[in-house]
Amino acid sequence: MTIDSWLQAAIADAERRALPELKPLLEGLARATALLRKADFNDDASA
Amino acid sequence: MTTQALDLDTLTIEEFGRRLRARDLTAEHVTDACLRRIEEDNPKLNAFILVMADAARQQAREADRELAAGRDRGPLHGVPISIKDLIDVAGTPTTAASRVREGHVAVHDAPVVGALRDAGAIIIGKTNLHEFAFGTTNEDSAFGPARNPHDLSRSPGGSSGGSAASVAAGMALATLGTDTGGSIRIPAAACGLVGLKPRHGELSTDGIVPLSHRLDHVGPLARTVTDAVLVYRALRDRAQNPAKAGSHGRGSPLPGSQAPHAWDAALAGPRLPAPVPVSGLRLAVPRGYFFELLDEDVRARFEEALDRLRAAGARTIDVNIRHASLTAAIYLHLVLADAAAYHAATLERMPERYTPSVRLRLEMGRYVLAEDYTRALEGQEILRREVDSALAGHSALALPALPIPAPLIGSASVQVGSVTEPVRNLMLRETQLFNLTGHPAIALPAGATSAGLPCSVQLVGADTEDLLPVALACEAQITGVLRPRSGGLGG
Repeated sequence: MTIDSWLQAAIADAERRALPELKPLLEGLARATALLRKADFNDDASA
Repeated sequence: MTTQALDLDTLTIEEFGRRLRARDLTAEHVTDACLRRIEEDNPKLNAFILVMADAARQQAREADRELAAGRDRGPLHGVPISIKDLIDVAGTPTTAASRVREGHVAVHDAPVVGALRDAGAIIIGKTNLHEFAFGTTNEDSAFGPARNPHDLSRSPGGSSGGSAASVAAGMALATLGTDTGGSIRIPAAACGLVGLKPRHGELSTDGIVPLSHRLDHVGPLARTVTDAVLVYRALRDRAQNPAKAGSHGRGSPLPGSQAPHAWDAALAGPRLPAPVPVSGLRLAVPRGYFFELLDEDVRARFEEALDRLRAAGARTIDVNIRHASLTAAIYLHLVLADAAAYHAATLERMPERYTPSVRLRLEMGRYVLAEDYTRALEGQEILRREVDSALAGHSALALPALPIPAPLIGSASVQVGSVTEPVRNLMLRETQLFNLTGHPAIALPAGATSAGLPCSVQLVGADTEDLLPVALACEAQITGVLRPRSGGLGG
């Protein structure tokens, strides 16, 4: 799942659960996840 | 009985112990003085959730009777100690500063509390904290925020904020806190105290409400390194994590010894580390990430501390921790998911009982994907190896414990230089790496800002027992006693 599609799904779920205040927190988490996924220690199955 | 004035603002466990055995003080006298201080100042500080006055007085009288009868339990005999209200004390609620815990009463003491009782400590009360230890300012608490004794408009740090305030304000001689991202070292730094996070897994965390089992630690806050060592040693001797027993076997359990009646005898056995000469210290300073966002006064006090250590003969060497800038991202994925797993059932059943901010951050954890959690675990292991490498050949790492002075209560962000950052990100920035790696770390007072707010130096070691003599040597060069009653509480 890409970060963008995860974020859209998470925000939609939070709104469905009447937690719209979660949106900025989820956006912050998405930025942290992007950093984590870019880290040079991640595995690459093609390598 | 008392031949010298009793100054609760500066009284250490060490001084109390000497005067107790010289019959210059009694446990009852000091416990009463602490309880009077609580009565006087707790309405302003909100440090305590529960004051155990009757039980504390009874324990103090018993401690005095035991000593008179020739039973000396060691350095903590008769010492009033407060306990973060995340830790079970039999017969009292463990509120975790949350309405979610309404109706809870602990059946047993947590092993760390039992250890303190066995060592003769007086349990004086349960202290305020950030709800479920999930925050760094102590603002989100079902009991309202605790306040900093140095400036009542400011946070005492968190999550063990009430614990730190209780010692800084002379309501107890030491306290037990917990530390998942810095919650012992951050409030110690904000309140001008020593805060020790031992190596991960060294002390039992049974009977303590978890935030993240893989990151949670328990340890002491006190006025001096010696006092922190005395509390730590009592815990290590009696509440060692069973899985780790034997791996840190220096020192042995000391049952009540017979009639030493002298402080030196009470310290018999390996109670205090042998001092090391400052001239032999090699301190590694992890420049880069940890020094990018520092308040100017905090930076100045840290560099002055290094100057003093170098003047005394210590060597300082700049080192690099390559993936340090990923610390927050790695930490976030682990702590959020672990906390969300623990709280999932109550988030469904009684969400309204959480403070709004803590509830939202717990809910955020429910969206962490398994693949990202796995990446964070891999990052944690890489950071552990990098900190091991940075420590190789050095006595300790040295860096600030808190990049800013204690923040104003209610402030969501703080400006550092030209950058405005969320308070939470800043508060965790210097400490959370060592929760990820599990290395022991200690915060030491290191002067004050121009506004009189405490600053702090953090030392990180490979092994708790090896770190303590380094901390003792550094303390002698860099610390100064700050007296809250001439600041926030005296105003």
